[in-house]
Amino acid sequence: MAQVFPRQANDFARASLVIGGVVAAAVLGSFFFVWPRSSYMTRQKEARSQPVPFYHLHHVGGMGLDCRYCHTSVDKSAVAGIPPTKTCMNCHSQIFKDSPTLEPVRASFRDGTALEWVKVHDLPDFVYFNHSAHVNKGVGCTTCHGPIDKMAFVWQEKSLLMEWCLECHRAPEKYLRPRSEVYSVAWQPPSNQLELGRKLALDYGVQTSTSCSTCHR
Amino acid sequence: MASDERVVHPVIGPGHTFGSVTDKIASLVLTKKTPIGWFVGFAISFSLLMVMLVTVAHLLFTGIGIWGNNIPIGWAFDIINFVWWIGIGHAGTLISAILLLLKQQWRTSINRFAEAMTLFAVACAGMFPILHMGRSWIGFYWLMPYPNTMGLWPNFKSPLIWDVFAVSTYATVSALFWYVGLIPDLATLRDRAQNQLVKVVYGFFAVGWRGSARHWANYEIAYLILAGLSTPLVLSVHTVVSFDFSAGIVPGWHATIFPPYFVAGAIYAGFAMVLTLAIPLRKAYGLEDFITMRHIENMAKVMLATSLIVAYGYSMEAFMAWYSGNTYERFMMWNRMFGPYGWSYWLLIFCNVFVINTLWIKKLRTNTVYLFVVSLIVGVGMWLERFVIIVTSLHRDFLPSSWGSYRGTPWDYSMFFGTIGLFLTLFFLFIRFLPTISIFEMRTLVPAATGEEKKS
Amino acid sequence: MSHENLPASPVEFEGVRRPGAAARRRYWKSLDELAKTPAFMDFLHREFPEQASMFEDEKGRREFLTLMGASLALAGLTACTKQPEERILPYVRQPEALVPGRPLFFATAASHDGYARGLLVESHEGRPTKVEGNPDHPASLGATDSFGQAHVLGLYDPDRSKAVLYLGQLRTWGDFRAALREPLAKLKAKGGAGLRFLTGRVTSPTLAAQMQELLQSMPAAKWVSWEPVSRDNTRAGAVMAFGEPVEPQYRFDQADVILSLEADFVSGHPASLRLVREFASRRRGGSELAAMNRLYVVEGSPTLTGASADHRLALRSSAIEGFARAVAAGCGLPASGAVAHDWVAPLVKDLKRAGSKALVLAGESQPPAVHALAHAINEALGAIGTTVSYTAPAEAQPGGETAALAALVDEMRQGQVEMLVVLGANPVYAAPADLKLVEALDKVPFRVHHGLTVDETAGRVHWHLPASHPLESWGDLRAVDGTATIVQPLIAPLYHTLSEIEVLDAFARAEGTPKGYDVVRAHWRTPLGASDFEARWNRALNDGVVAGSAFPAKAVKARASTIPAPAAAAAASLEVAFRPDPSVFDGRFANLGWLQELPKPLTKVTWDNLALVSPKTAAELGGVATEQTARGHVTEVAELSLDGRTLKAPLWVLPGHADGVVTLHLGYGRTRAGQIGNGTGFDAYALRTSSAPWTASGLQVRKTGETARIACTQDHWTIEQPEHQQAHERHVVRSVTRDELAKDEHVVHKLGHVPDPGLSLYPPVEYKGHAWGMTIDMSACVGCNACVTACQSENNVPVVGKEQVARGREMHWIRVDRYYAGAPENPETFHQPIPCMQCENAPCEVVCPVAATVHSDEGLNDMVYNRCVGTRYCSNNCPYKVRRFNFLLYQDWDTPTFKMQRNPEVTVRSRGVMEKCTYCVQRISRARIDAKNQGREMKDGDVVTACEAACPAQAIVFGDVNDKTSRVAKLKADPRNYALLAELQTKPRTTYLAAVRNPNPEIPGASGQDERHG
Repeated sequence: MAQVFPRQANDFARASLVIGGVVAAAVLGSFFFVWPRSSYMTRQKEARSQPVPFYHLHHVGGMGLDCRYCHTSVDKSAVAGIPPTKTCMNCHSQIFKDSPTLEPVRASFRDGTALEWVKVHDLPDFVYFNHSAHVNKGVGCTTCHGPIDKMAFVWQEKSLLMEWCLECHRAPEKYLRPRSEVYSVAWQPPSNQLELGRKLALDYGVQTSTSCSTCHR
Repeated sequence: MASDERVVHPVIGPGHTFGSVTDKIASLVLTKKTPIGWFVGFAISFSLLMVMLVTVAHLLFTGIGIWGNNIPIGWAFDIINFVWWIGIGHAGTLISAILLLLKQQWRTSINRFAEAMTLFAVACAGMFPILHMGRSWIGFYWLMPYPNTMGLWPNFKSPLIWDVFAVSTYATVSALFWYVGLIPDLATLRDRAQNQLVKVVYGFFAVGWRGSARHWANYEIAYLILAGLSTPLVLSVHTVVSFDFSAGIVPGWHATIFPPYFVAGAIYAGFAMVLTLAIPLRKAYGLEDFITMRHIENMAKVMLATSLIVAYGYSMEAFMAWYSGNTYERFMMWNRMFGPYGWSYWLLIFCNVFVINTLWIKKLRTNTVYLFVVSLIVGVGMWLERFVIIVTSLHRDFLPSSWGSYRGTPWDYSMFFGTIGLFLTLFFLFIRFLPTISIFEMRTLVPAATGEEKKS
Repeated sequence: MSHENLPASPVEFEGVRRPGAAARRRYWKSLDELAKTPAFMDFLHREFPEQASMFEDEKGRREFLTLMGASLALAGLTACTKQPEERILPYVRQPEALVPGRPLFFATAASHDGYARGLLVESHEGRPTKVEGNPDHPASLGATDSFGQAHVLGLYDPDRSKAVLYLGQLRTWGDFRAALREPLAKLKAKGGAGLRFLTGRVTSPTLAAQMQELLQSMPAAKWVSWEPVSRDNTRAGAVMAFGEPVEPQYRFDQADVILSLEADFVSGHPASLRLVREFASRRRGGSELAAMNRLYVVEGSPTLTGASADHRLALRSSAIEGFARAVAAGCGLPASGAVAHDWVAPLVKDLKRAGSKALVLAGESQPPAVHALAHAINEALGAIGTTVSYTAPAEAQPGGETAALAALVDEMRQGQVEMLVVLGANPVYAAPADLKLVEALDKVPFRVHHGLTVDETAGRVHWHLPASHPLESWGDLRAVDGTATIVQPLIAPLYHTLSEIEVLDAFARAEGTPKGYDVVRAHWRTPLGASDFEARWNRALNDGVVAGSAFPAKAVKARASTIPAPAAAAAASLEVAFRPDPSVFDGRFANLGWLQELPKPLTKVTWDNLALVSPKTAAELGGVATEQTARGHVTEVAELSLDGRTLKAPLWVLPGHADGVVTLHLGYGRTRAGQIGNGTGFDAYALRTSSAPWTASGLQVRKTGETARIACTQDHWTIEQPEHQQAHERHVVRSVTRDELAKDEHVVHKLGHVPDPGLSLYPPVEYKGHAWGMTIDMSACVGCNACVTACQSENNVPVVGKEQVARGREMHWIRVDRYYAGAPENPETFHQPIPCMQCENAPCEVVCPVAATVHSDEGLNDMVYNRCVGTRYCSNNCPYKVRRFNFLLYQDWDTPTFKMQRNPEVTVRSRGVMEKCTYCVQRISRARIDAKNQGREMKDGDVVTACEAACPAQAIVFGDVNDKTSRVAKLKADPRNYALLAELQTKPRTTYLAAVRNPNPEIPGASGQDERHG
């Protein structure tokens, strides 16, 4: 009786088992593990262009402006606050007052239309992050926002994935710093960070709260 | 007395040889001309399947609201259908695995399509745990335990998670079991097929089976291992499904009797479905010689036996409700019998307890037409059982202020009958393209084979 | 996060983002130009809420939801989609005192049938989102009612009138001023002859002053103020007793024994919030048991007041006068026509025992004589000065409202009216049927209507002017006790609208654009005093009340002699009673979904009004068959005819209703309310006459054989069915009498067996920090539904529409269950508000496959919407059935104004997720973070849940159970405290204080002592 398949068919069959398995694993793996954490999905480290080329590199790094000069409500409110055009004009009505790049700012101030900034650190609407609760408990700006003083256009330093939030909520001592240092862009965690962190956590009454309603309502 | 036994009720018609068996069964598949009846049946089932697809599309785009579910009746047709199908999906594995281990030769001619039926039933059942979710598009993978970006795991305390594992395991093992059993027959078909394409296709799935002694030895081991694996599953799956209810605190759900009584019910429903399919099948394809009265009768007996267990379950529920002295349990039972949905309870008792007991009479038991009707009635009865458990328990639970009532919408019905369409479509494809009866196992039953067996 | 959800349409846009700038009214260059743009036309005819309107017809709903569903199903695939890019729009010049992300609260007031209810309105970046009561305001004391809560929805109602219309055509204010100039000049020349103003009840000092000014400049002009729910009888009664239309000011906290003669002070009095507070203060758990007051209610149509009574007597309205006269006679007053009743003797005895601590009050639905009698009895008992005092009325034109309207209609019919200006009234819809107002109206050559919506009246006039919402405009109002409040806007008008004050100003001064702000300030310069006016003005704005503006009590002398002998006893024919609707009042709120979907306190019916009858009357009508189906309650429809006028209404049997009376609630059957209100229920005004506005006899009822589908949220009256004995066995409602409790303080616990909480396989969970808990006092709760609406507003709870409610899919996070005890003819009624119980052993938590509902470390039963996949297992397993499921896309994601209304602190749930009460966890978080930022511990009262804040009776108390000094901890220690279904060992954090009633043993057949516990 004539064979339907040639002899090698057996080897193909065996090989296909192995290869098939590997391919399946790769596809599933990348869909469930790699893809959602990829910088494409999280937009991590992606500098975003803005209507006005505002350089933190220059204002913070260069001139050493304090974060709170612009982000006034960071220690009082859930949102840090994007400065009103007025704040820009405090200086730029004198400095670079004719610079063409600042025309959108002047225009905004002239006819009262808001500047439309691109939201870089954009949490889903069902996440209720509160800046004041963090900065008042010794979580520094740069801990989450990265070396803001080195950024021309701001990028999102961390993934902002829930697992990233939990990392700190489960063990805040790894990241806490003295309140006096919260706004410092130079701060580097000391060698004894853990022991310092534990002490601060105690002093500041930091809870390791991972209840769902801490962030989701 | 085994030999006499076999003479009185043969598991295979007289005068069959190895050749005749193979010819008969293989011809069903390899024939050029498909019977017109097949086309009619397939057309009907397929259109039902299309109805299901339309319903599913509408469901995904519009929401659970297209069904009749409400608060307090959060579950209705969706879970009823799930449990009903998964129950039907039990007979197959039971027949193949348990009866195999028990060396019940009469299983031989029915195990193949019983297993097929199992797979198709599980396919139907498997859709509902996904589709009943309000957000199935994320639910389907959030139920899987894997380290996700949220740092969250499923709640392993929830019976619904147990369901995911139970059902998927059951589906996988049954599929393997069925396929392994098919391999020798696929080879037979490959060898007998005229058309080259057909040869290639069957050949591909026959994974190079040559029927060598070594192949047979490996086959036997593999088949026994799988049988061993699936035996506990027969019991575990419906036990886990019953936990969906018994783990809840709803009066009418919260009962330890559920696991055994659900498993019995599952086998009951399963055998009913096997009969529902077997009786017309053997008529249409003239398989009376292979699916003999012996098979029919044995299955009838199994149904009778399981029906008694189920009946015991019903009476125990009622008894415990009274005996517990618990207000809620007592009211639940009262409400089940005499409340707005009382009709469903009594109809269920009629279908599952009264009708079946006529099978004590041999005359009726051996009358295929009657048996066919009974098996249909049992199918209905088992569906009603789930309706009673789910809807009537939920619609009046603890606080009288939040009692409600339920009625299925047309979409509920289109979903239900749609799944029947899916089931039948698959089944028609199966009987057309695969041997509905295990050829090589039947060959072991022909006098020639058994004769030798007796000598040695 | 509220920066992001900016409304799509440029029109709101301005208003929202920069209130300051928007005040400059830079909406469009000119309306004329804009009117031509299709975008604007489309915007005008926007539908609301798409789904609710489409719910009416099945097909439309499907289409809409399919579309929405499609977009959502895609959006749902969160793992596979990136966040859409969002923009942040900061202020250009940030207002002072505004911290982005922190709400501000402003004190103002809103009128309810003319009288002020003080409000504190929460504002997020210039968007008012939530109404609270103003604790400093005498008619609020911090509480609100459902109407008050709904004002914020009224502001954002997309069906609001947005532009000036001439015969339905789009015009501008400029056009109107031009068109008005010449005819107005003519009328001025004639001293205003032929000029008529028709307003609602006016308590606004500024508005009144403007009117007086106008009338002085045009002496022949006339001003009629009229409300469909008038207070004519109250005023006439006062005149009869005292010779002047004084306002009785009740002091329930002083009253030991109260007799209400059909006076529904719980929901039908301008000061009901205060009265309920005072009433409950003498019954609430923790209050002194001996000091408990006693309430007798005699009424025809069941009301919440009757439901709160210790003794309720169901008498048809017309029979109450006889009863009142008997009581008066008992108190030694010369009152002829007394009708004997075996209640009278013990009642009078009780009143006399209380003496000056007694109080008798009569309801508006009773004739003046009964009011006069009540005043006389109070005087005879010496109650005047203690439990009641009398002041000048708050409204500018007290009493005689219906008569004044009738006169006006006559003038119109005789063609004496050349220009009619209707301000904030809707006579075409609500005027008494016998006046035939419409045909008379059509005789007026120049008709103007100014209102919030293009309503029935707007459809019969030449010029319709869009009105600014109270939250958008400057004004002032008086509370019923005279206290004045300066109404300040929370937001610049969303549309091109003017307030009443601004419109009147336009009549006074032909030129110049009116500014409400200037007019109001100008008026208050004198009363506030020129010296440091600014300080006082700011103080008034800040407090929400003008200090010391309440009227002084008047010394009055009641004259029983002037009370006329009773008219001939009413014929024994069937009687009809007209009452304002508990949900939509007189119809002005008909387009507010929150209120339409609010289950009516006693019937639990939504979206409809009914013809209510007693069981006996129903039997006389050949029985009323009402069947509960899975698609709502199906009940019989009858044709009601009263002297020639007819209407069709669904019949409904209501326990405790007086026999021989059919009660019809006003406010439904509107034709031009808007997408929500149109075509709901039937128009009871069609039978209402000016001569008999409250009660009329000679009603004919004929069953038509038709049936109507009613959306009722609670199993319809089922007292005789076995499940009610079940309810009894379940000890869901526990009620005892004062004496029972005094005898044995543990009587409440003996009402139901509670197994030892230690009976558990698991060790008890320790809650170290806070442990949030709540008590709900069933003695105090009057069932007013304020909590339900407050919760809906705070938590972005959607409106689902009648069809969905009928299917049992309403979404309210807190519901008020109603139970009856005793004979159906006159049962005791109990209200049981049911929020999530926040069980410590929550059955819902174990069964959720994705852990979307789990316990917080403070014992909250967290519900995580974004994790929920919608298996509904939790709801099945919830013994209290407090969980709500988004079966369809219930939230309106399109209507821009609703995006502004939502509370940015609470996730807006989408299709397919479960939701439920979370004890307002957003408020807990806010309080916690504030406390920590201030470096202090949270203290009792830092967290006030929305329901607790709204409750006029203070029946709901929330707090930290671990803090033994907290109010809630104390109440949980009270012997009245019990847990619902405690035997299930769910350990609910929400517990109840048993209802305590204070019956008078001497009253024959004191209601249902034997068969209580609903």
